[in-house]
Amino acid sequence: MINKEVQNIAAAVSYINDGAVILSSGFGDAGAPISLLEALAKTDVKNLTIVSNNAGEGNYGLAALIKSGKVAKIICSYPISAGSIIFQNLYNQKKIQLNVVPQGTLSERMRAAGAGIGAFFTPTSAGTKLGEGKETRIIEGIEHVLEYPLKGDIALILAKKADRLGNIIYDKSARNFSPVMAMAATTTIVQVEELVEVGEMDPELIITPGIFIDRIFVHNK
Amino acid sequence: MATIAKTVGLNRKQVAWRIAQEIPEGSYVNLGIGSPEMVANYIPDGREIFFHSENGILGMGPAPKPGQEDGNLINAGKKPVTLLPGGSYFNHTDSFAMIRGGHIDICVLGAYQVAENGDLANWATLDTTKPPGVGGAMDLAVGAKKIYIMMDHLTKDGQPKLMTSCTYPHTGYGVVRTIFTDLAVIDVIDKGFVVRELAKDMSLEDLRSKTDASLTLAKNWSVLNPPEMN
Repeated sequence: MINKEVQNIAAAVSYINDGAVILSSGFGDAGAPISLLEALAKTDVKNLTIVSNNAGEGNYGLAALIKSGKVAKIICSYPISAGSIIFQNLYNQKKIQLNVVPQGTLSERMRAAGAGIGAFFTPTSAGTKLGEGKETRIIEGIEHVLEYPLKGDIALILAKKADRLGNIIYDKSARNFSPVMAMAATTTIVQVEELVEVGEMDPELIITPGIFIDRIFVHNK
Repeated sequence: MATIAKTVGLNRKQVAWRIAQEIPEGSYVNLGIGSPEMVANYIPDGREIFFHSENGILGMGPAPKPGQEDGNLINAGKKPVTLLPGGSYFNHTDSFAMIRGGHIDICVLGAYQVAENGDLANWATLDTTKPPGVGGAMDLAVGAKKIYIMMDHLTKDGQPKLMTSCTYPHTGYGVVRTIFTDLAVIDVIDKGFVVRELAKDMSLEDLRSKTDASLTLAKNWSVLNPPEMN
């Protein structure tokens, strides 16, 4: 019988290698797998690359992981939220690398990784500072830049409900990056509020099918 | 006490009101973070318009009543919002397909500078001591069908923001359709600024002195005269 549920949070974040690329869901706090990130901060792993829309706020979740010194590099669209103090201090001290990517390109690069696309052209960032050094092509008179897939070793995502097979649904705008990150990583670990029986969720409404999910951690069980 | 000088021009609410009048029934609209969010407050009654939020919402409604905020239902500025009947949630890839695939009719953004050929600079200043951050600005600039800019005509230091060419880092090239400032409504037509509306008691010569580019007055120009709002 397939059962992707892990029994505790330490097991959820086990077997993550030094230097891993970690896709971390959420738009600000909405959809961020806070508990998984904090559990990862307590492991011995180091030199991580984090891919996330933002760079953590306050001193919890992604900010706690960054503070733990385990993150060497962050790839994101917007690290300058008012609360991203821990990241900004480390950045100013040159203790963390930053790669800023336009939000839609960030999302589409992960989709490409998940869907087996070798690369794609987009007009977003063409001719700007963020397009510097990229291969370009004029398509229908408009300059495009070539963008490559962004693949994760691990995705840490948040959802509302899962069954043991890893079929999941989300809550409102907390869905954001979770579905695309689930497809773009070798191993996807989901933090959910509730585990339900197989067949309980309407198959017409399942957002991420279990094929993309490897481990389920039920929060506050 | 000195007499209070008569102020020429619109306040923020009046600029937001003016932009709202420009948005037709049935439009799918994305409002940028900050002042552009105010546009939603002035859509005329009975006009059905769908607001899109980059984090996966169509049919976004106003802020909830105190105590009814939901951390999982927020806008691009990460502030609590509501969902209107007929609204929907979707993932980030679909949300940016709406933006990048040309499905958003109008996007209202703030700007540091706009050039007379429609170039837009609104994501980074020349200050390199702070980390950069772009969010969805470049995707919106390139992908939305029409880009409207809501901004003050001058910087806080009195410097022009309408330019012959942008000196700040570009967000997109030739993308701006119309600029709504506290002093005028200006269209970008054939790589030049054309003044469509001028604030009451504002002359074209005055406006020219506050603009670092050529201005043409539209043949059918009118006075920009919104209702009083405080």
